[in-house]
Amino acid sequence: MMEITEGSHAVAEAVRLCRPQVVSAYPITPQTHIVEALADFVANGQLDAEYITVENELSALSACVGASAAGSRTYSATTSQGLMLMAEVVFNAAGMRLPIIMSIANRALGAPLSIWNDMQDSISLRDSGWLQFYAEDNQEATDLHLLAFKVAEDNSIQLPAFVCFDGFILSHTYEPVDMLTQEDVDKYLPKFNPAERLDAADPISFGMYATPEYYLEFRYEMDQAQKRAKDVIAKAGKEFGEMFGRDYSALIEGYRLEDADTAIVAMGSICGTVKDAIDEMRTAGMKVGLLKIRVFRPFPAEEIAKMLSHVKRVAVLDKNISLGAKGATAMEVRDALYGSAIPVKGYVLGLGGRDVRKRDIKEIVAFSEKGPNDQFYGLRKELI
Amino acid sequence: MALAVGCRARPGKARDNKTGSWRVFKPIFDHEKCSKCGMCKTLCPEGCVHEDAEGLFNPDYSYCKGCGICAVECPKEAITMKLEEK
Amino acid sequence: MRELRIHGRGGQGSVTAAELIAVAAFEGGVFAQAFPAFGVERRGAPVQAFVRLDNKKIRLRSQVYEPDYIIVQDSTLIKDVNVFMGVKKGGIVIVNTEKKPDYVIPEGVKLITIDATSIALKAIGLPITNTSLMGAFAAATGEIQFFALEKALNHRFPKELASKNIAAARIAFDIVKGAA
Repeated sequence: MMEITEGSHAVAEAVRLCRPQVVSAYPITPQTHIVEALADFVANGQLDAEYITVENELSALSACVGASAAGSRTYSATTSQGLMLMAEVVFNAAGMRLPIIMSIANRALGAPLSIWNDMQDSISLRDSGWLQFYAEDNQEATDLHLLAFKVAEDNSIQLPAFVCFDGFILSHTYEPVDMLTQEDVDKYLPKFNPAERLDAADPISFGMYATPEYYLEFRYEMDQAQKRAKDVIAKAGKEFGEMFGRDYSALIEGYRLEDADTAIVAMGSICGTVKDAIDEMRTAGMKVGLLKIRVFRPFPAEEIAKMLSHVKRVAVLDKNISLGAKGATAMEVRDALYGSAIPVKGYVLGLGGRDVRKRDIKEIVAFSEKGPNDQFYGLRKELI
Repeated sequence: MALAVGCRARPGKARDNKTGSWRVFKPIFDHEKCSKCGMCKTLCPEGCVHEDAEGLFNPDYSYCKGCGICAVECPKEAITMKLEEK
Repeated sequence: MRELRIHGRGGQGSVTAAELIAVAAFEGGVFAQAFPAFGVERRGAPVQAFVRLDNKKIRLRSQVYEPDYIIVQDSTLIKDVNVFMGVKKGGIVIVNTEKKPDYVIPEGVKLITIDATSIALKAIGLPITNTSLMGAFAAATGEIQFFALEKALNHRFPKELASKNIAAARIAFDIVKGAA
């Protein structure tokens, strides 16, 4: 049923319907209304879960690691500095192959202090082994949580996942979302049945040490699991489409791309603004399209190369910057197109909440034909 | 042998590692002097000292590294360290 | 697509107003989007909130720069902030004030002034002006039905508080309707 609600509440409701058995989070800044709503659900009996309050994010994810190893469906949410404080445990959770799902309401990192949106937080942890999903709108943000649990908990994957949606731009926005029912979600998402779990009667250790003779192979196995996730996402995404009418089988999506000369590549809520800008440019006779990346890990390199094979130029939008190098998406898209003659230009924009308008997208399309290879877009020249 | 997913392991893996070969000095237990206090068992960092049916103690030489803590701590000086013959 | 920008000060309920207008519009079968200008939330600091309404799904995520409608919760903001910036010709500006305007309104824009503070003090007992201005917005623009606004308020607030706010919205609604 369509309901109009805040992004954070829609996500909290979707998480509730996924029946997590343990939720642990640090409820103070930086945080969203998600865990506040989940705490309410637990308190008033709408969610039968253990809600573990902790003293900081490091402890929150540590509690999740223990809970997940014990065989519980486990969830947390954070953003920005909170995710950074978790970083050590983020890598450990992946290495122990624990399918924890965590919502990331993407926000900038300090210093300077910023509470506003960009994707530096989750992108900075792209090497951690977690699957990374990015939502364009609040419908996708809610749906992707179901998909994430299903894929992460698949015994052939056993990896945790971030479900990323833009902080404030989506998390604090009211818009209509088709809310699923418990009955439907139960049909889609079976009970978590881990291959192995902590059990006092049959002890086991998670994440033992690996000497140099073994470590490389452990990382290889994680990389293989990431790659297998492409097929598992395709299957689970298709099943989602069959049940709920919204197909998430593809890791990437094209918008008016079939005959496009210029392709914009983007992730997250900016895709909506890009689509509106494209419609206007199309009306003006310009052949522009969008390639939206919904799954950033595993990175859909082959899929991107295939979908962009016919375009004349590519402009990649990055709400992050690998300082001293480039935006992460631009680097990876260029890598995906290695060997082709298609020029890829990267645009770092929207950092720390700088608003991105349709006219910015149009200007970037113009730049992509003749401007420099990579640049920060929208710099205020008077400040530098 | 395939790797265990998530580097998970059942307990007792250390038993596979027979550390007795590390030894330079070997503890010799003199049961005549032993007062059965069990200090050697309690303090052995390898956990390789075992009590037998008569309440006497013996090290498992497959694992004893020869650290000599038992010999130092024994209140009856019933344990002596002898150079290992190799 | 129609766009609304609300100017207020932290604590006056601008964000709540945007959300409830979106909820009421959605009730009327329109696709709606409401979000705040993510500022530093301090009581008294100038804040903005936005609403978009359309007959199809709204994808645009930027802030509102060329609004069809503007609500100004506090007329003292007019000298600090360019509250009328970008307003479309034929647009409607609703200002909470008891005074005659001593400022210039962009050409072709309709100004509606209403003493929402007095209405709120009378109906709610607190100078929370957002619900009165929602009533004025409903009457001035026809974008939302009064019954839908009533429903949204009932859903959002506990019973007694909701009825007081509905009363405030009704007074403002009737004043603006009567003046039209």
